[in-house]
Amino acid sequence: MLNPDLVGRTFVGATSTTISSDSIAAFARALGEPETHLAPPTFAITISLEQSQSVLVESGLDWSRVVHGDQRFLINKQLTAGMEIFCNSTIESARVVAGNEIVTVRSDLLNGGEVAVSSWSTLVFRA
Amino acid sequence: MSIFVVGAALPEKRYIINRAALVSYANASGDQNPIHQNEEFAISVGLENVIAHGMYTMGLVGQYVSAMAGCSSKVREFSARFTKPVVVPAGVDVELIVSATVVEVTDEIAKLELTAICNEVKVLGMAKAVILL
Repeated sequence: MLNPDLVGRTFVGATSTTISSDSIAAFARALGEPETHLAPPTFAITISLEQSQSVLVESGLDWSRVVHGDQRFLINKQLTAGMEIFCNSTIESARVVAGNEIVTVRSDLLNGGEVAVSSWSTLVFRA
Repeated sequence: MSIFVVGAALPEKRYIINRAALVSYANASGDQNPIHQNEEFAISVGLENVIAHGMYTMGLVGQYVSAMAGCSSKVREFSARFTKPVVVPAGVDVELIVSATVVEVTDEIAKLELTAICNEVKVLGMAKAVILL
């Protein structure tokens, strides 16, 4: 079970990711999007989910038991090729329902010190 | 005249989900969880069969929102709950039918409520988007 003290804690991403045009194109093509040079609205998940995974696994949760419960994106600035992104993840809430642990993580994707995209993932760790 | 009028139903679009599409999405997204590709593994963890990544289904609905908005750069908010898995048996093209209703319009934005249906079952709940006009 997640240590309740971790709720509200922000994990600052130590390394940055530079978005490549190939990664945007592959993601867009996989979704059948004709515009392969623009990041689709859900592209941020390719950065945010990996970071959420490392934070939650380090916090003791079993990633093999995870199911995605819900997802939200707030896009202030569309992600584009060449952007350098730092990702900060905050555990916003954690609760146990019927033995399943439900954790919401907010990931802020920062470019030039400003939040380009915020991504909220609610993850259910099955009992 | 704009199609974004409160109460208006936007045209539906159909997307095909199959095993090859799941492999492409796994490679593009980095989510290589075997429940989305390996039938034996999926069944071993209690699933009926291979299921689509929730984010793949949401991504297709995001494509729909981008298409309705005219461009992905107009999408400001997008959210959904993963209520039912999309089961993808081998050799089958599963059809995802996406549609939307306009629920709010201002000078700058429109809010959409989205519906995503597979095999007559809604697979996303509370699916909403805010787009720039």
